[in-house]
Amino acid sequence: MKAFVKHEGLAVTIDRANIDTDAIIPKQFLRKIERTGFGIHLFHDWRFLDDEGTKVNPEFELNQDRYKGASVLVTRDNFGCGSSREHAPWALEDFGFRSILAPSYADIFYNNCFKNGMLPVVLKSSEIDELFEYVTKNVGAKITVDLPSQKVFAENGKEYTFEVDPVRKENLLNGWDDIGLTLRFESNISSFENKQKSSQPWLYQTT
Amino acid sequence: MKTMFEKIWDDHLVHEDQGSSIIYIDRHLIHEVTSPQAFEGLRISGRKVRRPDATIATMDHNVSTRTRDYDSADPISAIQMKTLIDNCKENNIKLYDIKNPDQGIIHVIAPEFGFTQPGMTLVCGDSHTSTHGAFGSLAFGIGTSEVEHVLATQTLVQKKPKNMEIRVEGKISDKVTSKDIVLAIIGKIGTDGATGYVIEYTGDGIHSLSMESRMTICNMSIEAGARAGLISPDEITFAYLKDKDFSPKGKDWDAAVAKWKSYATDPGAKYDKTIVLKAEDITPMVTWGTSPGQVTHVTGTVPDPSIEKDPTIRKSYENALSYMGLKGGEKISDIEINKVFIGSCTNSRIEDLRLAAQTIDGKKVSQKVEAIVVPGSGRVKRQAEQEGLDKIFINAGFQWRNPGCSMCLAMNDDFLDPGDRCASTSNRNFEGRQGKGGRTHLVSPSMAAAAAIEGKFVDIRDWK
Repeated sequence: MKAFVKHEGLAVTIDRANIDTDAIIPKQFLRKIERTGFGIHLFHDWRFLDDEGTKVNPEFELNQDRYKGASVLVTRDNFGCGSSREHAPWALEDFGFRSILAPSYADIFYNNCFKNGMLPVVLKSSEIDELFEYVTKNVGAKITVDLPSQKVFAENGKEYTFEVDPVRKENLLNGWDDIGLTLRFESNISSFENKQKSSQPWLYQTT
Repeated sequence: MKTMFEKIWDDHLVHEDQGSSIIYIDRHLIHEVTSPQAFEGLRISGRKVRRPDATIATMDHNVSTRTRDYDSADPISAIQMKTLIDNCKENNIKLYDIKNPDQGIIHVIAPEFGFTQPGMTLVCGDSHTSTHGAFGSLAFGIGTSEVEHVLATQTLVQKKPKNMEIRVEGKISDKVTSKDIVLAIIGKIGTDGATGYVIEYTGDGIHSLSMESRMTICNMSIEAGARAGLISPDEITFAYLKDKDFSPKGKDWDAAVAKWKSYATDPGAKYDKTIVLKAEDITPMVTWGTSPGQVTHVTGTVPDPSIEKDPTIRKSYENALSYMGLKGGEKISDIEINKVFIGSCTNSRIEDLRLAAQTIDGKKVSQKVEAIVVPGSGRVKRQAEQEGLDKIFINAGFQWRNPGCSMCLAMNDDFLDPGDRCASTSNRNFEGRQGKGGRTHLVSPSMAAAAAIEGKFVDIRDWK
């Protein structure tokens, strides 16, 4: 898994609540069997005016010159709701995003980000409001997200603290492979199975 | 004193460290869209599937509902389906492919086979896995990295969610369905109202429902942001499971039922939050916006964004109405539709098809409406045909299709064209969900069926 320690990058705002994973990566792009190459389809129906993705929608934030190369996304409540598709964080990461700042996320999406070296930061609504104002009023505004200190720094000197689960934090800082970590407890898994098999044998009869 | 959720959680705990738990997964469901990268990950790291016997697979998301031919899907979808065949063969996983008569939507077939049972932990790379909570199974959707984790370890690393009770008191009135109950719940608590929680649905309004109706409610738990939705197993659950393909048999059955009963929430156990709805207040519901929480009674009107004080909500209402081509104050019963979709893991089971068929028996679909019925599985389809429901639909002017997810997410060749307006029994009305520029109104099967006949929404309670 990719590690995340500290990231400084150009920030972009998308001022909508409940952005769903269908909007992040529409279903017609889910047919690939690889993990890569989804970035070009990120927010397809908002970024483009045609199905082929050739006519750029100049109104959409990611298409504005001032936000070209943005890697920190500031957005609203319940980001990533809907489908469990990991293609959504794959597309965001592939497009260049390393961190997202929002007041809340949908559960599955939030989990999926950590598996892909991308840090979803939860800040208070009032703090997100401040960041919206800061980013939209300052062309080229950068934001730094620092995982060890659990702080977000804006260039105007403001800083914000965020919470993150300690185990997730350690895994992300080190880029550890989740499966490898779990397999350290292989003997616990086996003894669980043996116990369950003797008390509920029907759980092991599926043929 | 523990809740059902706490009992299932504790029963599956393999290891715990700083609030991060390794929980054992009893059942894993797989489909063609979210699994290929997980199998590829296993291959790269040289890992094996730990419990092929605890895993079943089907193809449902991108299959054509017109034929059972791989080449009738687009070439990229066909590769995804063929990859699933290869992965299942290589890893000895039972696959219900489109040539199998029992193929269907994963959340329809697993319960039909009795693969889903009370007290289990069950996962799938699909958010509507919450459906299986209807059996009292702790069931939730996961991403592809987690699919790989379950394949390799038969466990997941989880932080324990909180527990919410949603109690429905009293019985719903005639013509009101469980779809209306769950839409009313989401309308009340919002699409993130249950984020971070596992819901337990309680009360006589829930326990008087059939298994099919319970599945509809648990299915849409995710639309309220919940990790999972649970309903305590009772005699209706046991009667459904008796003699199913994978159900315990003989003396195992008695032992299993005793175990299943023990999962019921202890009297006096505490939930982190409780919400109460009165069944008598629930009427046929119709969504008007682009989020399942944007919903109102069929007798209601589209809300006026200008009276909304919160700027973020006002903006989301404005965006929704602009996308939906509606105006604040418009009556729901004045909204005209030109497409109807009856299907999806929410409402494609035999009871749903019976209800829709009963609604339209002897009537004709409006000339300006195109309507399709997509049964949830091969078994549902055969059962419906045995009962003559297919004839009722076809005679009325509906198209009768083969099982699949179909127009719920429009990954196959069933989709809305820009500007189409659809009465749909599915679960999401997001922008573009059923096709770019398509407008979705979520409703119950009887409401969708009646809308097909009238070409607009009618109050099913007084419609004849």
